[in-house]
Amino acid sequence: MAISSAVDPSVLHERREQRLILMLLAPALLVVIGLLIVPLCWLAWQSFRQDGGFTLAHYARFVSDDVYWRTFLQTFRIAFVVTVATLLLAYPVAYVAASASRRMSILILAMVILPFWTSVLVRSYAWLILLQRRGLVNSALDGMGLIDQPLILVNNELGTVIATTHILLPFMVLPLYAAMQKIPADLMMAGSSLGGSPAHVFWRVFLPLSLPGVLAGTVLVFVLALGFYITPELLGGGRTYMVSMLVSRNIELYSEWGAASSISVVLLLCVFGIFRLASMIIPFERIMGAR
Amino acid sequence: MSQSTHAEKVGVSIRSATKMYGAFCALDHVDLEVKAGEFVSILGPSGSGKTTFLGILGGFVQPTSGAILLGERDITLEPPHKRDIGIVFQNYALFPHMNVAENVTFPLRARRIPKSGWPAKLKAALEMVELTGYGNRKIHELSGGQRQRVALARAMIFEPRLILMDEPLSALDKQLRESMQIELKHLHRKLDATIIYVTHDQREALTMSDRIAVMRKGQIVQIDTPEQLHDNPVDSFVAGFIGEATLVPVQRVDEHSVTLAGTRLVSSKPVPNTIHLFLVVQSEKITVAADGDTSGPNLLTGIVHETLYQGESIRIFLDLPGGERISVRVPSNHTGRTLMKHPGDRITVRLHPDDTVVVPQAS
Repeated sequence: MAISSAVDPSVLHERREQRLILMLLAPALLVVIGLLIVPLCWLAWQSFRQDGGFTLAHYARFVSDDVYWRTFLQTFRIAFVVTVATLLLAYPVAYVAASASRRMSILILAMVILPFWTSVLVRSYAWLILLQRRGLVNSALDGMGLIDQPLILVNNELGTVIATTHILLPFMVLPLYAAMQKIPADLMMAGSSLGGSPAHVFWRVFLPLSLPGVLAGTVLVFVLALGFYITPELLGGGRTYMVSMLVSRNIELYSEWGAASSISVVLLLCVFGIFRLASMIIPFERIMGAR
Repeated sequence: MSQSTHAEKVGVSIRSATKMYGAFCALDHVDLEVKAGEFVSILGPSGSGKTTFLGILGGFVQPTSGAILLGERDITLEPPHKRDIGIVFQNYALFPHMNVAENVTFPLRARRIPKSGWPAKLKAALEMVELTGYGNRKIHELSGGQRQRVALARAMIFEPRLILMDEPLSALDKQLRESMQIELKHLHRKLDATIIYVTHDQREALTMSDRIAVMRKGQIVQIDTPEQLHDNPVDSFVAGFIGEATLVPVQRVDEHSVTLAGTRLVSSKPVPNTIHLFLVVQSEKITVAADGDTSGPNLLTGIVHETLYQGESIRIFLDLPGGERISVRVPSNHTGRTLMKHPGDRITVRLHPDDTVVVPQAS
């Protein structure tokens, strides 16, 4: 039985291919392991350490210290409001971009993406200037006689929400556009020929088919908003306290690495939880736009 | 879906419908009268204006001028959802997020028909297309033919006054397409509905239609019954598009005869009085004369170029003395096989004066 000892050439070929794929992936894998997985493990490890020993004290603070859970509450509230605001603003934009001519949709998408290439810091400062007491927005409203005294648009939660909404808008528009573009135009034509008014066709056909994009954009914006730092720091005026700021205070002011780590770990778990929930509705690859 | 509900079936008149896209004329003063209960096909190559025509009927394209009447009602300016026209789209356009029953009842929901009436209508519609019991199936679980039937059921359930079909069978394989053609024909009889059917497949149009409108460059060149269209095409375009025809240039001799490479051919139909004339040689209308049989009129002699055995028939390509190549089809039965020749053989063929059709060159 000399034949049975020989390895099937197709198996050999398959092994060679697997080795090649592994080699191609190796640099990226090393970077991810070295710069992401290892530090994350270190972070988790830190959150259970104090004075060289094991402790649960950092996590106990989530129950005992009301600043902690209030910060989480405010962060989730801001993230929620920002997500709803971006969805309401982005849906019509994506709709127009998806139904317009190719040239027009490129123009619209370019306008959405262009600010994206400017630093978040610059955009946050820009909003600070626009929204301040004697800023462009207040003087315009005053000039039109719509207000008697300047509105307080900045140094509070409102300012944070406005600027964050603007900065995160592309993350909502793009997945929505991608989902809407895949909806065949003849479905809308079929819907109306079968007697559906434009509103009925939108409600029964277009909206349900755009939901994967809605979910993708919602998850992306919500998760990004949860970890937002520069914008609330600049526009919150100290009154808006988000989780990322809690982390930075613990390190900058108190050098409390353990506390900062535990907050990061809890936030990370929240994000994992959100992705898990979302992926129960649509697969993860689709949220990230792979399919 | 009882007969009584279709008592109000109506005809369609398209009056001088024109559509300009800038300087390009996609539809050029098209007139068409479709009688109530008639099955009319719009036949033409791609770019002939079929799609624009369908768009104007469905309400997706606004005509530049002209009018569309459904019965007595002018629907030229009506939006699609108020037209009461059931459309079967080329790629079915089924809603992927709904199951079969939800797709089929979409028109009922859109028209706010009370839900109590749905089950009976749904049952009748699914029965009509032989999909009873498929209500809960997802669209992606269905085969192409089944999707086609769902699209049909959906377009019929609200008893539209007119059904438009846009190449509904083009995505199916040949065998299924042929059986669906017959089914559609039966369905048309059963429903007694007015149907306008758009296609580029002449065989499909010939099989199903009461009348066929042949389109070219945004105009209807000829509208006739399948037989008329096949036997009496108005010009070389229609003749070349219908059947398996070879067009051979001929010279007019008089009212009833022409010459082809020196041979005089007699036609029982009047020969048009223009310079550029073509003889329409439908390959199945030529008969091969037995060796030595030279009786009767319209005999042509040529050299066999190639013979193709095609199962049910044998196709012979014959080179005429003038250099034109025509195609002759003989049945592959015993008689046919004895007539089958080899390349280089000389054979004589006969064209009956009734089948000798001469057309002018299309403008």
